[in-house]
Amino acid sequence: MDRAQGTRAAAASAQSDLLVARNVTKRFGGVTALADVSFTIRRGEIYGLIGPNGAGKTSLFNVLTGIYGPDGGGFDFDDRPLAGLKPNDVAARGIARTFQNIRLFANLSALENVMIGRHVRTRANVFGAILRNARTLAEERAIEKRAHELLEYVGVHSRANDLAKHLAYGDQRRLEIARALATDPRLLALDEPAAGMNATETAALRGLLENIRRDGVTILLIEHDMKLVMSVCDRVLVLDYGRKIAEGPAAEVQKDDKVIAAYLGGEVTLNLKGA
Amino acid sequence: MDTFIQQLVNGITLGSVYAIVALGYTMVYGIIQLINFAHGDVVMIGAMVAYSVIAVLAGSGMALPPLAILAIATLCAVPVCMAVGYTLERVAYRPLRNAPRLAPLITAIGLSIILQNVALIIWSRNPLAYPQIVETVTYRLTPNPDGATITNVQVGIVGLSILMMAGLLLLVYRTKLGIAMRAVAQNPQVAGLMGIDINRVISMTFMIGAALASVAGVMDGSYYGIAHYQMGFLLGLKAFSAAVLGGIGNLGGAMLGGLLMGIIEALGAGYVGELTNLCHLSGWSDALAQRCANDPHLAVFGSNYQDVFAFVVLILVLVFRPSGLLGERVSDRA
Amino acid sequence: MRSYLDVRGRPALAWVGVALVAAALVALPWVLAGIGTAWVRITNLAILYCFLALGLNIVVGFAGLLDLGYIAFYGVGAYVYALLASPHFGIHLPFWAILPLGAALACVFGVLLGTPTLKLRGDYLAIVTLGFGEIVRIFLNNLSSPFNLTNGPQGITLIDPFRIGDFSFATTQQVLGNTLSSPIKYYYFLLAVLLVVIVVNLRLQNSRIGRAWEAIREDEIAARAMGINTRNMKLLAFAMGASFGGVAGGMFSAMQGFISPESFVLVESIMVLSMVVLGGMGNVFGVVIGALLLSYVPEVLRYTVGPAQKAVFGRTLIDPEVFRMLLFGLALVLMMLFRPAGILPSAVRKRELQRRTDGG
Repeated sequence: MDRAQGTRAAAASAQSDLLVARNVTKRFGGVTALADVSFTIRRGEIYGLIGPNGAGKTSLFNVLTGIYGPDGGGFDFDDRPLAGLKPNDVAARGIARTFQNIRLFANLSALENVMIGRHVRTRANVFGAILRNARTLAEERAIEKRAHELLEYVGVHSRANDLAKHLAYGDQRRLEIARALATDPRLLALDEPAAGMNATETAALRGLLENIRRDGVTILLIEHDMKLVMSVCDRVLVLDYGRKIAEGPAAEVQKDDKVIAAYLGGEVTLNLKGA
Repeated sequence: MDTFIQQLVNGITLGSVYAIVALGYTMVYGIIQLINFAHGDVVMIGAMVAYSVIAVLAGSGMALPPLAILAIATLCAVPVCMAVGYTLERVAYRPLRNAPRLAPLITAIGLSIILQNVALIIWSRNPLAYPQIVETVTYRLTPNPDGATITNVQVGIVGLSILMMAGLLLLVYRTKLGIAMRAVAQNPQVAGLMGIDINRVISMTFMIGAALASVAGVMDGSYYGIAHYQMGFLLGLKAFSAAVLGGIGNLGGAMLGGLLMGIIEALGAGYVGELTNLCHLSGWSDALAQRCANDPHLAVFGSNYQDVFAFVVLILVLVFRPSGLLGERVSDRA
Repeated sequence: MRSYLDVRGRPALAWVGVALVAAALVALPWVLAGIGTAWVRITNLAILYCFLALGLNIVVGFAGLLDLGYIAFYGVGAYVYALLASPHFGIHLPFWAILPLGAALACVFGVLLGTPTLKLRGDYLAIVTLGFGEIVRIFLNNLSSPFNLTNGPQGITLIDPFRIGDFSFATTQQVLGNTLSSPIKYYYFLLAVLLVVIVVNLRLQNSRIGRAWEAIREDEIAARAMGINTRNMKLLAFAMGASFGGVAGGMFSAMQGFISPESFVLVESIMVLSMVVLGGMGNVFGVVIGALLLSYVPEVLRYTVGPAQKAVFGRTLIDPEVFRMLLFGLALVLMMLFRPAGILPSAVRKRELQRRTDGG
């Protein structure tokens, strides 16, 4: 699927806003990691978040998913504020994420990892677990079935019974996506999913992202692989030193002077920072 | 008022010992984020070794002055404890430095049990009467003849503790080793890249903590006049609580926390019986008044609850201010 | 979902195996009684330790929370039973009424302790639980004044045995020509309870709840990001472990007929922890094996180490009790250093996973 098609697909789906960030600010001691960042993600798009190292991308993820509370501003998800929600509540609301430094449940199997993702959409309690009534058993079967489907979907089904830590790096990244998808998210936030992947794997990842979007999940993507960002993202937000310096369609952002300066080093300080 | 001053004096003495032990916890924690569970038992080993040396020297017929005997005993205990500290780190903690957090904690518990039972085999399971070779001199603090007092032993303990704390601060902030320790505490990987031998620095940290612990052991033994193979357990727990109270990982915090913990415990023990004395309520119930006629100290909590205070403080600190009085933020970390 | 106890798929072989094991377990007390009634009692205590270790396994093994004050919950259960079924207060409630009460109270204690501390890092939890265990012991020792609740260090005596109608677990009686002694009665009762506990543990592990616990153990931040309410799940693990401890404590009270604070000291907590660690944290059968090993080996040592030393050195150099403690300490250290997954190899886990897919 090429980019033009992707854009059309996004345009075809509802143009309503899924996530609205209003003046999000986050400080760590004296360092301002995020300063007044505002943007809007529309339903059905793949929204890129780029910037040099230390620009505040991961901080933005952590504020969005409730790991940190913002020092100012906030997010509206699906027209309701996310303020004060804990990470598990955020996940329940429909935002799932992956981590820059993969955080799988290393000593559990790939299948179990994905099954854990179903936790938030299932109900069995202790009594159900102990008594194994018909409802619990049915739910367990459904969880396992869905987990298998998702492993198939991301392409690591052959490793379903291997411990997560024994999977190849690229497979771990995809397993993390499967685990996130298991929570039935409406927004999937991916933190550098292509990091450490070779060209073939990245190409496969691109296909996977397109499929996920086609199946109705909006994607927020932090990525350093510019080729991937430019080919898959509908719109891109550029952060530098915690500030938004550009936002718009990938092709336009690419030509933006400030973005070029931030990446290539218009100033000596930026050069050091971006290295 | 006399009671208050007396308990304050006792508390400061006790607190000095806690502070010295707490420094050992906090140094190790600051540098590798590990609770050295066996640290209390290192204190015990120090007390025991010194006990044996004192017994030998005092019984040898050599007419050494008491202070010299104490000094020799302490100087013998220090290297033994440093060796124990080094061995603990080398054998049981270093291989697990990158293991899940539970693992080194469990080995630490195992080590604690081993140290205690080895001590039991060497020194018997019975409490040992610590030789009181320094003659106790009591000074009056208040004009009242039954008033608050302070002994030369207490003065010695507080003075020695202050000296050791000052020495430690000099070591950490004024020497190359100190800089290396602080660097490793900040970021071991980067410190390693800068040419610091991380393993050596961590070993040294354990050994310095153990050296302090051995002196604390001698002080504790001399103060209470008793040593026991399990003495390190409660002492260690209280000192750990003190380190948490002050803010774990922070040297000043351990000193402050230790002192506060000693004072809280002494005041608590001194007043809890009075505060919870049911006889204050005698007017409300005849039955109560009758019992109080027989026993005017009918307290809900007597001073036998002394050991509870440290834990209560620990839990309160962890609930309301997990970073301690002077410490960095520690909760919410994976 | 299948568990170890599930024999569907290869019925003939499996049933033969189950039948053999069952027969062995039924015959065991009679064999032991032949050696000496003491061994039946030792076995009963071993089963009780299995029970405790499985309870702690939920907390430590499944959820990865290091609880060093576990024995306090055991103590709470034991005292609840003792107070409600002894001449101390003159109350004699039936055991089936008290055991749930003990479990509930232990559970309440677990929640009270867990609520403020479970948000803290694991090693803090360890210390706080350790402190809690000590506090409970200190209270048990001192709550004899002004109101005599626990009778202090003297403990509580003449605690009622289990009784169902006229059938008392404390007496010896003839059944079908066999002498059914009190320990043997308790043996069958404990065995039945243990089987239930094992099944409960296995089912919990292979459930939505168990997976959530394991997720927390593996990576708490990731678990939260997956929508798991880590605080509630940890509290649940803590409360469940505590309830197990409470029930075990009640059974201990009834079996021994006498309890005192001495039975609920830190060493006991560490012993149960050693069982869990030795067997393999989170591995149900491993934990049972660990508990049995650490229950029997010290008893065997008691009968061998002492006499052996006497024979070689002419006197007892190292008390068997000390030897036992050294063994625990070494077990903890060596297991963590060389076999952190426990004595049961991970092949068991692999097989379990394998079977699950065959079925799914």
